[in-house]
Amino acid sequence: MQFNVNNSPFNEEQREYLNRLIPTLTEAQKIWLCGFLSYPFIAGYEQSVQVDQTAAPKMEQSIQTREVTVLFGSETGNGQSLASTIVEKLQAKQLPVQSFSMDDFKPQNLKKVQDLLIITSTHGEGEPPENARSFYEFLHSKRAPKLENVRFSVLALGDESYEFFCQTGKDFDKRLEELGGERLYPRVDCDVDFEDPAEQWMSGVVAVLHETSNANASTITVSEKQAAATLLEEKQSVYSKKNPYPAEVLENINLNGRGSNKETRHLVLSLEDSGLTFEPGDSLAILPENDPELVDSLINELGWNPEESVQINEEGDIYSLRKALLSKFEITRLTKSFIQAAAELFHHEELKKLAEPGNEEKVKAYLDGRDLLDFVRDFPPVQLKPVDFIQILRKLPARQYSIASSLKANPDEVHLTISTVRFQAHGRNRKGVCSSQIAERIQPGDMLPIYVDQNPNFKLPSNPDTPIIMIGPGTGVAPFRAFLQEREAEGVTGKSWLFFGDQHFSSDFLYQVEWQKWLKNGVLTKMDVAFSRDQAEKVYVQHRMLEKRKEFYQWLEDGAVVYVCGDEKHMARDVHQTILTILEKEGGLTSEQAAVYLDQMRKQKRYQRDVY
Amino acid sequence: MEQNKTKLSDNERIKRESNYLRGTIAEGLKDPITGAISPDDNQLLKFHGSYQQDDRDVRDERRRKKLEPDYQFMIRVRMPGGLATPKQWLEMDRLATTYANGTLKLTTRQTFQLHGVLKWNLKQTMKEINEALFTTLAACGDVNRNVMCTPNPNLSDVHYEVYEAAKKISDHLLPQTPAYHEIWLDGEKVIDTSVGQEIEPIYGPTYLPRKFKIGIAVPPSNDVDIYSQDLGFIAIEEDGELKGFNVAVGGGMGMTHGDYRTYPQIARVIGFCPTDKVVDVAEKIVLVQRDYGNRSNRKNARLKYTIDSRGIEWFKTELQNRLGWELEEARPFHFTHTGDQFGWVKGNKKWHLTLFIPSGRVKDDEETQFLTGLREIAKIHTGEFRLTPNQNVIIANITAKKKKEIEKLVEQYHLAGGTYASPLWQNSMSCVGFPTCGLAMAESERYFPTLLKKIEAITKEVGLKQNEIVIRMSGCPNGCSRPALAEIGFIGKAPGKYNLYLGGGFAGNRLNKLYKENIGEKEILEALYPIFQHYAKERKEGERFGDFVIRTGYVEEVHSGLDFHGSKTVKNI
Repeated sequence: MQFNVNNSPFNEEQREYLNRLIPTLTEAQKIWLCGFLSYPFIAGYEQSVQVDQTAAPKMEQSIQTREVTVLFGSETGNGQSLASTIVEKLQAKQLPVQSFSMDDFKPQNLKKVQDLLIITSTHGEGEPPENARSFYEFLHSKRAPKLENVRFSVLALGDESYEFFCQTGKDFDKRLEELGGERLYPRVDCDVDFEDPAEQWMSGVVAVLHETSNANASTITVSEKQAAATLLEEKQSVYSKKNPYPAEVLENINLNGRGSNKETRHLVLSLEDSGLTFEPGDSLAILPENDPELVDSLINELGWNPEESVQINEEGDIYSLRKALLSKFEITRLTKSFIQAAAELFHHEELKKLAEPGNEEKVKAYLDGRDLLDFVRDFPPVQLKPVDFIQILRKLPARQYSIASSLKANPDEVHLTISTVRFQAHGRNRKGVCSSQIAERIQPGDMLPIYVDQNPNFKLPSNPDTPIIMIGPGTGVAPFRAFLQEREAEGVTGKSWLFFGDQHFSSDFLYQVEWQKWLKNGVLTKMDVAFSRDQAEKVYVQHRMLEKRKEFYQWLEDGAVVYVCGDEKHMARDVHQTILTILEKEGGLTSEQAAVYLDQMRKQKRYQRDVY
Repeated sequence: MEQNKTKLSDNERIKRESNYLRGTIAEGLKDPITGAISPDDNQLLKFHGSYQQDDRDVRDERRRKKLEPDYQFMIRVRMPGGLATPKQWLEMDRLATTYANGTLKLTTRQTFQLHGVLKWNLKQTMKEINEALFTTLAACGDVNRNVMCTPNPNLSDVHYEVYEAAKKISDHLLPQTPAYHEIWLDGEKVIDTSVGQEIEPIYGPTYLPRKFKIGIAVPPSNDVDIYSQDLGFIAIEEDGELKGFNVAVGGGMGMTHGDYRTYPQIARVIGFCPTDKVVDVAEKIVLVQRDYGNRSNRKNARLKYTIDSRGIEWFKTELQNRLGWELEEARPFHFTHTGDQFGWVKGNKKWHLTLFIPSGRVKDDEETQFLTGLREIAKIHTGEFRLTPNQNVIIANITAKKKKEIEKLVEQYHLAGGTYASPLWQNSMSCVGFPTCGLAMAESERYFPTLLKKIEAITKEVGLKQNEIVIRMSGCPNGCSRPALAEIGFIGKAPGKYNLYLGGGFAGNRLNKLYKENIGEKEILEALYPIFQHYAKERKEGERFGDFVIRTGYVEEVHSGLDFHGSKTVKNI
């Protein structure tokens, strides 16, 4: 960040100093400086100095005392009632405090926490209580942030007759320390008669917090820390399509429940230090690798040595044949030009005939659903050299996925929702290259080369009050998760309506609990779902749209932006037709007028599609 | 306790605001985004005879997948005395296979439960149960539950009179709210404008502080576990005539681990009432509990705590004031057992067959085909079915003509004999537990057979093969299988871990006592082995296992629930 006359209240000379100094500061130094400089204003000194409100609006509250966050995990309610007791005690000492059930606390906010008090019971064989499990797992995962500026203390509730007495409290205590937190008061483990030891812990904690509040002039508020962080983030990323970023896989889970016909992967990738940024609606490209089994079968079929060196590009890079087929060339799809090129190289009579002019339809039929292995089995080459074969192969393309997360809600992460493609064709099982790689061979800790693919044509409206209608069955729902995360993080209050569909309610309701939370807290206004295989007749999103057509039309008239994401061939076409029908039925338009209306919406960027 | 006394429990708010049990159940059933209903409605749904549950085996897995728990509903039928016609049996069988998990659960309170019904099918299932002339109203919730009664018609000439009493009590104490019809049976919405007309003359708008259980026993059988009931009636038969009932009050199983203010308690006999007064007595006792039961702490809300905190004399006086007459002195009676008598017997000129149903689960597996077998029997049976308090079934009132056919079906579907013919099995009970019960802390129904086989092996080894020992397991301390009255009781604490209790009375007349805390299978078997050996060698003639362990000092005798935790008991104020 550079200061100049337009964006700061400093004169030329001051600006020069600042511009030289600021880039050299560490984050901690910047934070310290904020607090140091603003302290006198808050404390009432130097009142003659005028502060420019617009230039430094956040400096004002900079020297509040540290905020206390109380998180409780509780099944029987004891933890919860202790949490409210300590909140009262802290409030009595004028200490700012917030309290959450661990379930209601967003793990990503952990980065902003200053003083953390954990009250938790332990269940069964040392397991966390139900409403603490997600938070517990997050904290113990690779996704947990460093907690260097965090002070904490743990109150553990348990029953000594159990082997793993107070285990969850112990786990939290240990983990918070590992993450760099400073223990402000030692953990207390309570047996069934918890009242006295809990009281002792509470007074101890309150005493420490009270003593250390107001004393430390360099403490800073959340807003400044964020401001400082934004300063740092503004550098450009060095990673791009040409230079993909090796992103660490943080999480890779199958979202579908038991009994599903589907496998939909939720993939979380780290963007830490990549400098990569994106907006909701953008896509992420992954450079995949081919299935090693398929590569080996192919090499085996051709009777080649997998370790034979081949030149893979004009720059002269040399790979082993196996590595080249794994990572550089497409082997799962055939093209017309490949058939033509192969006809020249394979010395196969039948193939030559197939490639002759006039056989275009036959070629097209042959290509459908076949891959290189089928091809070399059907047309075994004579005296073909690996290096020549490589020459006629297509480069393995990157796979694009609509991003399912918002950077504002999940800084340093990108989430994807990937449907695993598996099907049968010509007597063999086939798999999608990238989706099956992720489903079958990618573990947390692995790296995937990625880059961001911007999509300016699938963006939230700039006016936060504009209503939005989102139609995204199956993995088409991914960008809408990003939309809602973004709107929640920004506190947007405009109306929103989501249509989702899949096969079965019980196993295929992707991100079900997240939509439920957003419906509850108002980030999502309405949601309609269609599960096609839960009843005799198939029901899809467009049926739900038709059922709600009056309201749907009203939203359109109110200026709603309509987003459609997902399958192009069937879903998007049916949805398009359904919107036209709604315009005709509810708006009294002719089919031509309806088409004009929808086209107008498209031009006004009120009808945006991300279909594939 | 002190602070709680002033503040009503949240369930009281839910009931008060529910407009006589309506809440927002009807709206919740239509919400397509979740297979659940709201937490408040969940509390109310119990009064309608259903619990929301989820498959706990997959709960954690689904949470990681960002899916809500696999919500499903248990539906409990209300059928006084466990009586069902063959037609009703067939209907329940059909509903179990159409909407539920393909099994019928016979409960420890003589009724059917369906498990695994999805929200989308809940209303239809309830409707069809009603069409089969059953109800589910007040099968759960803070009301009088299904009224139990000794089901064995061959046992006594007075059986039908006793059954009639059970039915009358049950009907009399049924909630009157039209909400049930409105929600499940598309009944007309009744607008409550009629000032002065009471919707719930007995219960009032907030119903009871907690559940209320009534049972009637016909001595010498104590199969209904009369001492476990909030209110028990003991039939007094003289010269083949039903004279009336001894009244026993304040029993109950439920407790909370580690909370010594809670304990199982045995009911105490306070007097005798003539047959025609039994409904009146039941109503007045319910009213005392309605007005004096603890409404701030649900863990101390059952009648047993009301009585223990105020004294039995206070209770008798309060009851007498409400009745306007005094109970007579209790008449002599004698219980000999709690278990069922299996096999064929003749009584009232008809045949009756009692079948042992392992854990009360009517299902088909490789060994036995209870579901199919009983369905086939129901198709030809002309008498009735009676569910027993031990989760078994009596095919009652079989004509001599049908006996042969039914015998054939019993054989064809392996409904008698096998593993389950031994006395140890036939005196055993376990509750449902994992994966559907929301309260379960440890396995019960799914694990109990495994443990019992191992225990049986020990008894065989030490020479106790033909001995009857009452063994019961519950997955949590709420005690659906009434484990605190067993000679050997297991109460779940955590997956794979149980408290082991010893010394209950064979006739269900004495609570047992904690012997080992929080132990796994290996320790359980190690703990029992030497005691069985000792019992085999040194028992007196006819001495029951529960009595033996007290005489030989393994555990102290428990005289009242107040002794159950020994010195740890905390008295309620």
